[in-house]
Amino acid sequence: MLDADFFRRWMAATAASVDREAERLTALDSPIGDADHGSNLQRGFTAVRATLEKDAADTPGAILVLAGRQLISTVGGASGPLYGTLLRRTGKALGDAPEVTEEQLAEALRAGVEGVMTLGGAAPGDKTMVDALVPAVDALRDGFAAARTAAEQGAEATTPLQARKGRASYLGERSIGHQDPGATSSALLIAGLAEAAEA
Amino acid sequence: MRMLINVAETVVADALRGMAAAHPGLTVDVENRVIVRRDAPVAGKVALVSGGGSGHEPLHGGFVGPGMLSAACPGEVFTSPVPDQMLRAAAAVDSGAGVLFVVKNYTGDVLNFDMAAEMAEDEGIQVAKVLVNDDVAVTDSLYTAGRRGTGATLFVEKIAGAAADEGQPLERVESIARQVNESSRSFGVALSACTTPAKGSPTFDLPPGELELGIGIHGEPGRERRPMMTSGEIADFAVNAVLEDLGPSNPVLLLVNGMGATPLLELYGFNAEVHRVLAERGVAVARTLVGNYVTSLDMAGASVTLCQIDEELLRLWDAPVDTPGLRWGV
Repeated sequence: MLDADFFRRWMAATAASVDREAERLTALDSPIGDADHGSNLQRGFTAVRATLEKDAADTPGAILVLAGRQLISTVGGASGPLYGTLLRRTGKALGDAPEVTEEQLAEALRAGVEGVMTLGGAAPGDKTMVDALVPAVDALRDGFAAARTAAEQGAEATTPLQARKGRASYLGERSIGHQDPGATSSALLIAGLAEAAEA
Repeated sequence: MRMLINVAETVVADALRGMAAAHPGLTVDVENRVIVRRDAPVAGKVALVSGGGSGHEPLHGGFVGPGMLSAACPGEVFTSPVPDQMLRAAAAVDSGAGVLFVVKNYTGDVLNFDMAAEMAEDEGIQVAKVLVNDDVAVTDSLYTAGRRGTGATLFVEKIAGAAADEGQPLERVESIARQVNESSRSFGVALSACTTPAKGSPTFDLPPGELELGIGIHGEPGRERRPMMTSGEIADFAVNAVLEDLGPSNPVLLLVNGMGATPLLELYGFNAEVHRVLAERGVAVARTLVGNYVTSLDMAGASVTLCQIDEELLRLWDAPVDTPGLRWGV
């Protein structure tokens, strides 16, 4: 069973990896975006970390809803609403159970990803965060490590794609040949799950 | 790259403190990042709220004041502001006559303003939204995020702001704003990339002797790179790209907009070439505005925006405006 501590570890692990990878995310965002994805997410997850330290939220659902709200209030850009919606929807789907199973988390995360797809209008293959998240959710039935691998492979597989959503889509064919920064940061979020499970 | 800043992290807050010091007509909430005209809310009148990433100054904060915006929400550099800012702005300026959100068509701005509109309506504030998407360099299709909002934002904010100032109701202010956007098209070129404070180096690499055609206002590369062209050749290219999409358009408002680092000397020379092309194409220019209004940090280059107008729009364009970035008739 996954308790509130697991979800706090997940957010902390993601905040730490966003810190570590911020420069890389910003570098990926330079050729096909506006060179700020790393600093924006870093600002958001730093705020999530601070909020969770102060707030006594003690169910998996409450922790994710709180984290999602914080991202919406802090990040801005498209990433704020999209990551915020992902966590809020996932949290809402988990309800107020004190502990959840891995199957319940997988199901809730699927609802979160569907929320992202509805909000942003992106489908798999559009070169967005969806390209890492959808395969990760599909792979969750084989465990967190499998989900991490699937998300990383999904992010890498965005390189040959032409962007159809977000700022990279303005470049048309010139977006081809670059790994999508949003898919890359989504893979960090999924890797955070695996780290929380290993801890 | 040398910049006149303290540290990258405080660039936006520092600029807001400076705006507060320079413009007594504005109330600047530095902590919450909202710029409001000092006399807001204005009784009985519709309020206009806009916002977007910083780095486009004077857009939007420089257009707050009588006859234009009621409030603006600056985000981080090139990053949409968050819904909390927009909600705070709407609450500060709403007189009960409703609020029009002017939103440039970028995924982040659209998502955050949508969330803010929902929150404002929950608080009993009547909100309408107009999307600005005038940039012909982006194909408006299922395969892109749609056309970007660029120079036409100034036309929308000025003309809809004048309508609000006259006391027109929200539905009317909204439909005028929509008409201005639908009647406007833009095309931009870059002679250099720009440098964001966070990154500290140019957003793309443009070798000497080349230019980017079809750029936006966020330092993203354009659609195409070509060997350097003369001012006249660029004017031919840009005006033709705009007219191809706008169709026969008489008369027009013309904005010859600098991207931030191109001197007025060059912009005026470019404006002469733009007027030459328009005359050749038989397009009458009713009013011309030349200067750095919708910028992209320190990018060199320019954009051309045309807005097809009727008598009503021209009257609203000529109406008095009193903001840090645009001021006449007062």
